[in-house]
Amino acid sequence: MPDINLTLNGQAVSGTVENRTLLVDFLREGLGKTGTHVGCDTGQCGACVVHVDGVSVKSCNVFAVELDGSKVTTIEGMANADGSLGVIQQAFQDHHGLQCGFCTPGMVMTAAALLKENSDPSEAEIREYLDGNICRCTGYHNIVKSIQAAAAEMNASPVAAE
Amino acid sequence: MYNFDFVKPSTVDEAVAALADEDAQALGGGQTLIPTLKQRLAMPSKLVSLKGIEGLDKIFVDRGGNLVIGAAATHAQVAATTDYPALASLAARIGDPAVRNRGTIGGSLANNDPSACYPAGALGSGATIVTNGRSIEADDFFEGLFETALEEGEIITEVRFPIPEKACYMKFIQPASRFPLTAVFVAKFADGVRVAVTGASNDGVFRWSDAEAALNTTFDAGSISELSVDADDMISDIHGSSEYRAHLVKVMTARAVKAAL
Repeated sequence: MPDINLTLNGQAVSGTVENRTLLVDFLREGLGKTGTHVGCDTGQCGACVVHVDGVSVKSCNVFAVELDGSKVTTIEGMANADGSLGVIQQAFQDHHGLQCGFCTPGMVMTAAALLKENSDPSEAEIREYLDGNICRCTGYHNIVKSIQAAAAEMNASPVAAE
Repeated sequence: MYNFDFVKPSTVDEAVAALADEDAQALGGGQTLIPTLKQRLAMPSKLVSLKGIEGLDKIFVDRGGNLVIGAAATHAQVAATTDYPALASLAARIGDPAVRNRGTIGGSLANNDPSACYPAGALGSGATIVTNGRSIEADDFFEGLFETALEEGEIITEVRFPIPEKACYMKFIQPASRFPLTAVFVAKFADGVRVAVTGASNDGVFRWSDAEAALNTTFDAGSISELSVDADDMISDIHGSSEYRAHLVKVMTARAVKAAL
């Protein structure tokens, strides 16, 4: 079985995987990083979204072995260095952007990808970008509000958002 | 899913050699293949990743004015281009953002899903699909549901798109899958109009030649108002009857002509 090396949330990690091991299973079972969730396991729901080399990817729909040498960021990498919630996470808490919380890791990672591409998205752009993230609790309304609030916060104090 | 051997070659020649093994399968972005493997609908002995080949994702305009897209270019990469706006718009609406960051044009064309977007873009543009051994015109490439002119072990390396004067991809989505229920790519070139339809036919992507003839006379949505589409060969499922899809072909063609830029 192949050994792979990743940079996970800024730290070098390694492990041995089967060729068929999905990235999400390597993260959760191999590395104990269970913040990334498996919802549908068919690439549709987006609960498993992580960033690979800076862009969002559905981690249930990519093999860990494909990503040897890559930089991966998961929800565990979104908190501030002191452990407090990052800007997007805090906005989800402040604006009730979650109920059961199952989809939230993927929502936060997708929101982070969106705000990297587009620092001031319209409501329509946010809803369109969430196309691949399914939430069955909130009706999306407060998720959209949370992302708008996070964008406003990051634009108001770009240094604090770093 | 069943396990498999995995290789990630760094050249096209190495990839072709790796694919010579029995039941070896090329892996592009995996956004269709991986779900297929999970369902045990395929059992390749070996996956040959095409993501490690230097330059296979390059995108450029050649001297002949064609937009050349490397087979490993992702939908997100194509969506970010500006040379052929209708094609960039098609790529920008495939799947969702995370899928677009992995899925590739080569993978989509080689798979030839009857409801995929890129086959309509390639056929509607009269693109040329270039492989490790030859060049295949889009008109000769698509051979029905999930069938193409590709031989065993043959790899798409790039796709050359002539850039039309005007074009538009008009897509009516099936809201659960976000695939086209029916979508139409219309492209107007100096030497004629091409109309390609995906999502509608039991035989996969096809050209609507009656509409092309009418639009060649006058490029106006009104030109096709008297035409009708035969529902006999159209897909019929819980999302829409064959008659509904036949109707959509005409509606989406008219909308594409009106919106073509």
